[in-house]
Amino acid sequence: MVDGQMILVWILLGFLVTCAIAATVAKNLLVTVLILMSYSVVMSIIWVVLESPDLAGTEAAVGAGVTSILFFIVLKKVGALDTSKKKKQKDKSEESKDNE
Amino acid sequence: MSDPKNHENHKNPFVAWVNGETFRKEEEKKAAEKKKKVKKEVDISVHHDRFHKIYKPVCVVLCCAFIALLIFVCIKTPPFGITDAPTNNEVAQKYIEEGLEDTGATNIVAGMILDYRAFDTLGESSVLFTAVMAVIILLKKDEDRKKEMTEKQKQIEARQQKEEELNDRHRDVILKKTSGIIAPFILMFGIYVVLNGHISPGGGFSGGAIIGAGLILISQAFGSKQTKKFFNFKVFTIITSGALLSYAALKTYSFYTGSHHMETGVPHGIPGAILSSGFILPLNIFVGLIVACTMFGFYSLFSKGEI
Amino acid sequence: MDFFLNHFYEIASMILFGVGFMGLLLHNNLIKKAVGLNIMDTAIYLFLAQRGFITGRVAPIMGSNLEASVEEYVNPIPAGLVLTGIVVSVSVTAFFLALIQMLHKKYHTLNLDEILLKAKQEKEKKKALEESEDA
Repeated sequence: MVDGQMILVWILLGFLVTCAIAATVAKNLLVTVLILMSYSVVMSIIWVVLESPDLAGTEAAVGAGVTSILFFIVLKKVGALDTSKKKKQKDKSEESKDNE
Repeated sequence: MSDPKNHENHKNPFVAWVNGETFRKEEEKKAAEKKKKVKKEVDISVHHDRFHKIYKPVCVVLCCAFIALLIFVCIKTPPFGITDAPTNNEVAQKYIEEGLEDTGATNIVAGMILDYRAFDTLGESSVLFTAVMAVIILLKKDEDRKKEMTEKQKQIEARQQKEEELNDRHRDVILKKTSGIIAPFILMFGIYVVLNGHISPGGGFSGGAIIGAGLILISQAFGSKQTKKFFNFKVFTIITSGALLSYAALKTYSFYTGSHHMETGVPHGIPGAILSSGFILPLNIFVGLIVACTMFGFYSLFSKGEI
Repeated sequence: MDFFLNHFYEIASMILFGVGFMGLLLHNNLIKKAVGLNIMDTAIYLFLAQRGFITGRVAPIMGSNLEASVEEYVNPIPAGLVLTGIVVSVSVTAFFLALIQMLHKKYHTLNLDEILLKAKQEKEKKKALEESEDA
């Protein structure tokens, strides 16, 4: 009853759950988005196992490609990619000026 | 030197510091106190009412109960992978048995979503169109928005533009060379996937997303000026609305004929050939165009605020 | 054990749904909320797509054998439904991210509580200004 493909699927599903938990727990936003990317890639492998190659192609192109790029651009715009202290201080000073 | 007290005073902190006793601890205590003060201020300002205190535990408990309920319901569902599950009913049987005859597509999924359920796909293309319209409303920089900006924001914008220009001039050599080789193949593969949607896995959605990703790669490697030569806002508008309107025109014939029938008058051709299966090939091309334009439009709106 | 063997896809998709839901509810950070929404989406797609799978059958794409029989192919309907769903989810994510960008432009933070607090303060300031003008 338990064959090789089933064990592969179990490993993949375990990886999915681990990725999902890690993505929500991780403190750095860049790490979160990177984990979401790998989550999408594993999901596209599961689509192949479930015999729907159309979905696999779409998920790999859309989930791992375009969505992650959009997330990266937003992180860059928001300034979450720079974790150095100088940048943060700069932002804060700008913020206080704006508030005034 | 001769004063022993002075000597001791001078020496004690140093010795203590070497031994790791008092000197450091006091500073750490001060720092910790400062941190506590800052934290407390934030806490007071953020968690200002009782709602926030009970919100998180209640959330966790409710979520866990919800998931337990869902998993409990799974016991009642038919097991995975069996033949006579209620989902595998006569609808799926009809699609598989008569799909090739009705639509002429060897990829049954493509035949299903672009012929039997073409209205569904039309609605979905409209969803993409609406989403890109909403993003344009939110993020596009036009004249009205520039007037509204304050001096500070203008300065920040100018600085960002300068940085982008610098980036344009000094692009990464590795990215440039690699994408120069890879990008044509990505675009070609995307076009292949779109054109072969009815005879192999793929279709408008995946092919369009691949083309969009290739365009994003080109724009990232060679700068937005290079892509603007062939893809500006006018081209974007014409392609998206034109493709959507042509899709609607091709697929709404059943509105006018007034029934659910599938006869289009276009011959289905030899199954497996590229020029076969009636309207599915042009519909795939239109969907691919919409998806590719939308993906690239999202990217350029998010990064530059314009297409 | 039998239950687990028969329903492991469903259990995994429910757990993923729960994790995404928790991320959506518990995090203050807006980007984390978007990530949680994405995870919830894919969990639902996994649940839908595994319903159509039948052991021992292949993807519904005819190769050289053009005489189709139901005993050869898996159910194509969930694949079609999920295909449309994936592309809708990316447009929803894009809209969400655009809203996040606008919010950050105005309030300079991604924390939802801080944004709400700042909006509240702004409202009160406006009210006070109007009242003073009236007086």
